[in-house]
Amino acid sequence: MAETDVKILGTRSSPFVMRSQIALKIKSVDYEFLEENLVKKSILLLQSNPVHKKVPVLIHGDKLICESLVIIQYIDETWSSGPSILPSDLYDRAVARFWANYIDQTWFPSLFALLFTKGEEAKGKAIKQLLAGMELFEDAFKKCSKGKAFFGGDSIGYIDITLGCFLAWIRVSEKFNGLAILDTEKTPYLVSWAEKFCADSTVKEVMPEVDKLAEFAIKLEAHMNASASN
Amino acid sequence: MEDLKLHGSMSSVFTYRVIWALKLKGVNFEFIEEDMTNKSDLLLKYNPVYKKIPVLVHGGKLIVESSIILEYIEETWPQNPLLPADPYEKAVARFWSKFADNKILTLYGFFVKVGEEQEKAVQEGLEILRNLEEHGLGDKKFFGGETIGLADVGLGWIAQWLAVLEEIVGIKLLEESKFPRLFEWRKNFKEIPIIKENVPDRDEMMASIKIRHEKITATAHD
Repeated sequence: MAETDVKILGTRSSPFVMRSQIALKIKSVDYEFLEENLVKKSILLLQSNPVHKKVPVLIHGDKLICESLVIIQYIDETWSSGPSILPSDLYDRAVARFWANYIDQTWFPSLFALLFTKGEEAKGKAIKQLLAGMELFEDAFKKCSKGKAFFGGDSIGYIDITLGCFLAWIRVSEKFNGLAILDTEKTPYLVSWAEKFCADSTVKEVMPEVDKLAEFAIKLEAHMNASASN
Repeated sequence: MEDLKLHGSMSSVFTYRVIWALKLKGVNFEFIEEDMTNKSDLLLKYNPVYKKIPVLVHGGKLIVESSIILEYIEETWPQNPLLPADPYEKAVARFWSKFADNKILTLYGFFVKVGEEQEKAVQEGLEILRNLEEHGLGDKKFFGGETIGLADVGLGWIAQWLAVLEEIVGIKLLEESKFPRLFEWRKNFKEIPIIKENVPDRDEMMASIKIRHEKITATAHD
């Protein structure tokens, strides 16, 4: 393992952690992955992210950077000679940030609810919100990609990373609930995008296998239910 | 003259963030007051996803979400920078900007809740202030260092509005003895000329927020 002063503190199942890994791979930056136990958080994590105590944390020398979207921008700006992750046009950057914000604030909570909430009504509400989001993303893809393979154009960009990191979890949700979130009829562009994203060299190694993730999801739900009833 | 319009509301803390950023950079703009109880067709067309203000319209292009608008302003008009040049310092500023965004509703909790829920909200509010005091400010005068930055603008509502909420509810969160650095920050922030010149009238603010509080707590028991 090459000596490197770049480390990611995270877990292999976290889509937010995946974002940091993809960004570093885009810039061809070697890094060490420090596997964190979120049930029994390490001293390193508690010291590195005292405010939120969450992963990912990017450790670059003696610098600690937290919050996945902040980390992507830090990586983009620090290794500026590599391919750009955010668009260069100022308005396009605002659009990219808008979608990242929507994904995290509005869309992801409904994915989380679908996976881990009980009750038909709650699940139904989550599905509705989730699918509404997919339609918005399909539309956004057409506008942002300008006929190319990714939201970012010819190569993976900010929106690609921010949404694409959830693809394995989307597949798990589809499996558990018997529904199509990525639908070849309703969101054909996204279906094609998802294939290309997952096949990309910067993503392939860090995207978890759906079956393994499904097993993990079952364990995680059991753990959450156990903690909730204590 | 830039073709620049800001759709917002003088009673919105999020609108003020954008006003402050534009004025700090000396950028001219047209302000259009939106009545949030009767949203204009223009607003619904401009921000169909969220239907919220502020909305910045620059040469016909629409930018929404105050934090995103602030980054856009910073990149478009780099004079009087609100973000440092160093990527790490930028990351720190963005972390606290995001913290400001994510925690606003929680901090507002003590104002809108009653009874036991309010007690819990007060504790959560104090925890937020503790994080700002110990991890955010540290020894600095402002979150941005010697001069204000994006994080200060994002947190500015704590300087301007929190005291009004505290007075109406009769609960003090930001006490000098508990949070001396944040208390000092608030004083310094309010003294900045652009900020001083661009705040709502305190009596008007007090009156309108009081009405809002009565409405909220009247329904809180249902």
